[in-house]
Amino acid sequence: MIEFLQHLGKETHTSFTKLGRGTYFLLQTLNGIVSVVTRPRLLINQLYSVGVLSFLIITISGLFVGMVLGLQGYYILSDFGADETLGVMVAASLVRELGPVVSALLFAGRAGSALTAEIGLMKATEQLSGMEMMAVDPIKRIISPRFLAGIISMPLLAALFSAVGIIGGQIIGSGLLGVDEGAYWSQMQAKIDFQDDIINGIIKSLVFGFVASWIALFEGYDAIPTSEGVSRATTRTVVNSAFSILGLDFILTALMFGDN
Amino acid sequence: MNNSVSPHNSLVSVKNLSFSRGNKKIFNDISLEFERGKITAIMGPSGTGKTTLLKLIGGQLLPEQGFINVDGNDVHRLRRSDLFDLRKRMGMLFQSGALLTDMNVFDNVAFPLREHTKLPESMIRTLVLMKLQAVGLRGARNLMPNELSGGMARRIALARAIALDPMMIMYDEPFTGQDPISKGALVHLIKSLNTILGLTSIIVSHDVQETAAIADYIYVLSDGKVVGQGTPKEIEQSDSDWVQQFMTGAADGPAHFHYPARDYVDDLLSTGKRY
Ligand SMILES: Nc1ncnc2c1ncn2[C@@H]1O[C@H](COP(=O)(O)OP(=O)(O)OP(=O)(O)O)[C@@H](O)[C@H]1O
Ligand SMILES: [Mg+2]
Repeated sequence: MIEFLQHLGKETHTSFTKLGRGTYFLLQTLNGIVSVVTRPRLLINQLYSVGVLSFLIITISGLFVGMVLGLQGYYILSDFGADETLGVMVAASLVRELGPVVSALLFAGRAGSALTAEIGLMKATEQLSGMEMMAVDPIKRIISPRFLAGIISMPLLAALFSAVGIIGGQIIGSGLLGVDEGAYWSQMQAKIDFQDDIINGIIKSLVFGFVASWIALFEGYDAIPTSEGVSRATTRTVVNSAFSILGLDFILTALMFGDN
Repeated sequence: MNNSVSPHNSLVSVKNLSFSRGNKKIFNDISLEFERGKITAIMGPSGTGKTTLLKLIGGQLLPEQGFINVDGNDVHRLRRSDLFDLRKRMGMLFQSGALLTDMNVFDNVAFPLREHTKLPESMIRTLVLMKLQAVGLRGARNLMPNELSGGMARRIALARAIALDPMMIMYDEPFTGQDPISKGALVHLIKSLNTILGLTSIIVSHDVQETAAIADYIYVLSDGKVVGQGTPKEIEQSDSDWVQQFMTGAADGPAHFHYPARDYVDDLLSTGKRY
């Protein structure tokens, strides 16, 4: 019993000190963003490796998720003779939920894990330390550009995911199952609200991009500088990002769509 | 043995420094002086804390007690921006090289120049090629760090450390992994950087002969203490057992080859599950 309490106390203590380090790290990173503005090249390179290199996985996944939504939606809606609203259903699910959430989960797996491994290995091979000795702040030079690139990429990737998904739904809906194509698009245009749906979706993905990038970069920066330490940190990035994204999605959904 | 260097002329002075890692006391109240324009060597068994000392001087670690003064600045009481300004004038050659793996040799050497100066690219090219020429690797400028051997990587790191023409350089094991030819060239390079540019050098090394050949002053560290100091000649003639053992490489003596552990036979015979 005593041992259990000791263990609990120790675990709590480690979590809180880690949270403290994480917060301090975040503040430094945010502070470093100012200097990224003066060096756009650094940002552009990172937008490429964090964002552009995720295009393929996002496009393919978006297409399949949209196609599945088209199928499932059609089976349910056609029972009520409402298959003309398929476009609304597909678009609303994607823009409000699946776009931001699934693309953030994919982002954490594709880009987040890569960021953690990269930073962790830089630490293990003394590159961060070496930079400090050359009077270059690794937070400003390495971390902040990646963080900003993550936040900028996330809504764009989510938008890409939703757009491809909507097309996927349309291919299945009107191409295969015979929903009227005009109705698919016009119902969608009439029912999807810019403020309620699109803006809220963008806000969600900004939040997810912020959290996923923060977790990925901090886990790398805080990793124990050995191969095993880096491998564990990479795992933690994927797991913690997934939990945070799903948990935050619930909270954000409750806040945004609660009083409709 | 006792003719310690006059403090007014030292670029770096370490005073009453204590530092621990966990429960292990790495330094116990040591004081060292590094004279301006001279080559000072730090020697001692593996794991005594030579690398740790360089990191303390560079302000990357915080001492428990005592202080370190570099060119009139108390390193650990400087504001972050002042510390960074000071570091621009301190070159450091890491034991591992610490090259940035996502850029080639040329960009690695150009890195500090591009970060800290607004020199035009043509000028940077000239400077980088000069530094690479000095370490004999001008022809390797397009290689990536993973295509270099350990010894080559360290020489590139040296070229990078001197890129900003610092006032001092700390070399962590510059000779390890070098063949006799490049070792000789490095000894020569370190010496000429020191005489021509008036650079203050701190060398950490196990290579007794090479180091003794160029050092003006030598400190021998062991078990958290300075166990010997003096010019290479004085060190050679020192009657301290510690120093003699280290200089001649004897396995028996006051310094131990083994990391502290319990009795060997006991350890082998014990059948408990724990390590
Ligand atoms: N990050 C660390 N955490 C805990 N202990 C450490 C750490 N780094 C070094 N040590 C310990 O500090 C001591 C000194 O290490 P240091 O690297 O300074 O030795 P060294 O004199 O440079 O040895 P070598 O000649 O082998 O390079 C060692 O006993 C080591 O176990
Ligand atoms: Mg060392």
